[in-house]
Amino acid sequence: MMQIRKLENSILAGGSLLAAVLWTFPLYWAFITSIRTEDRVVSDAAGLIPDEFNLTAYASALFNTKLLTWYWNSIATSVIITVVVLVSGMMCAYAISQMRFPGRKLLYGVVLASFMVPSQALIVTQFILMNDMGLINTWAGIILPQLIVPVVIIVYKQFFDAVPKEMREAVVLDGGGDYTLLFRVYLPLNWGITTALAIITFIMAWNQFFWPFLVVTTENMMTIPVGITQVNDAFGVYYARLMAVALLGAMPVAVFYLIFQKKVTEAVMISSGVKG
Amino acid sequence: MAMITNRRRDVAVAMSLIAPFVVTFALVFLYPTVRMVLLSFTDAPLIGNGHWIGLENFKRLMSDRLFFTSLKNNGYFVLLTVVPTTALALAIALTINRLKGALQALVLALFFLPYILPVSVVTEIWMWMLDFQFGIIQPLFASLYGKSIPVFKNPYWVMPTVAAVTIWWTNGFNVLLFIAGLRNIPQDFYEAASLDGATRWQMFRRVTWPLLWPVTALILTLQLILQLKIFDQVYLMSKGGPFNSSYVLLLMVYREAFQLNHGGYASAIAVVLFVVIMVVSVLQFQLLRSRGQK
Repeated sequence: MMQIRKLENSILAGGSLLAAVLWTFPLYWAFITSIRTEDRVVSDAAGLIPDEFNLTAYASALFNTKLLTWYWNSIATSVIITVVVLVSGMMCAYAISQMRFPGRKLLYGVVLASFMVPSQALIVTQFILMNDMGLINTWAGIILPQLIVPVVIIVYKQFFDAVPKEMREAVVLDGGGDYTLLFRVYLPLNWGITTALAIITFIMAWNQFFWPFLVVTTENMMTIPVGITQVNDAFGVYYARLMAVALLGAMPVAVFYLIFQKKVTEAVMISSGVKG
Repeated sequence: MAMITNRRRDVAVAMSLIAPFVVTFALVFLYPTVRMVLLSFTDAPLIGNGHWIGLENFKRLMSDRLFFTSLKNNGYFVLLTVVPTTALALAIALTINRLKGALQALVLALFFLPYILPVSVVTEIWMWMLDFQFGIIQPLFASLYGKSIPVFKNPYWVMPTVAAVTIWWTNGFNVLLFIAGLRNIPQDFYEAASLDGATRWQMFRRVTWPLLWPVTALILTLQLILQLKIFDQVYLMSKGGPFNSSYVLLLMVYREAFQLNHGGYASAIAVVLFVVIMVVSVLQFQLLRSRGQK
């Protein structure tokens, strides 16, 4: 009986590892393609095993496209979005959780409801608004509509609700106000959740395609996900270069994920409410 | 008196705390929503003013064949993705849950990895994998089907292909949610069941499945709403073609507004999409709640 159990477990382990490796095969294949010469990529001799190590495609991706500009646009807009979403979110959540003011229940209701609103349906009028404000092809235009992330407020509120009331007293006795309480007590007590929310917001902003694709029309203002689709048009069917560009575009977040795997998976779980 | 000024000061502080969110929300969410509804009753271009034409846009929509094609394709795409990805994710999560230590972490990481890629990276890679002439998958098609298949140029293959790529891309998220759900099930339940001589299938049927239902329902809901909003993958891989066989509602909104310069008509379609998704969300929410109370 034990023997059968052991055999079963090793089959399970081997089988699932094989399935997982097959699952990531497209990434492996993209990498193999990217380190070949264009001629070899489309020849019959191009097998599954890497047989060349040629970085021409990467050099071309870095120097013949605006990839570095797109990196910069992506990093800047994603960082600004993350900081603004977190700070405004924790402030709003603190007020809802710890203070009494007229319209508090209504505000929380709106936050919960906006969770269901499909922002994609608003593209037409959001675009008109950005145009009215002169923000087409600007960072501000990319950033503004991405600043509404209700889940940040919902999660912060839950965590602020759970902070024991005694924690407030020392600060209140010292004459500290609500801003002191938020930034000296509630925020430090919730660094874990703050990192989790920051990771999720950043990855979401970094990977955002639809809105930047609409609001940006010049190559110089594009973010990574939008920019790499331009390379397609420019290169035609040069697959090694296409794959090099795609992998370079995916790399920052992928590397971050592989290093902080546990933190990222935890962040995803918390922000979707399965664990908290 | 001091009490009153204190109270007033508290309200002022609260207002200053909620102001950044409330102002942004009003500007980029509330105002565009109201304006979308107003615009849907006009014949305005994307930029500029139009005339009030009442329900004309909606009447036109009811006789627009492309609208119904899009609606049907949206439904088809939901059918191809929501339940399949949930079932697949459950199977993967149940397997991963039985692995131990480093192997478990590794297998989970590999399955989750595609989820953190930008959509355009995913579509670039799969368009290369499925390339009619040089794609690595084509020999597989040839051996199963007798010949290579131009998946993005074939009206029967395009939606299933986009669905498969979407599942590959987003499945890791669902796996993760299922694993979180499985970890929340107390181990004692299984021990008790095994003392009673329950088979593995009975344990799944009587313990895992009912206790995992809230997570399953959550995933189904999230997926349904997400897949109704499909745009990126379709636009990047097939642009709605061939013969509109992958045309979806959001693509129609995009084309009417940004390519044909019909701001009013595009808004009318957006209003329909908006209402459909809100209705589905509210229904699902009610369903989940009643299920939870039982």
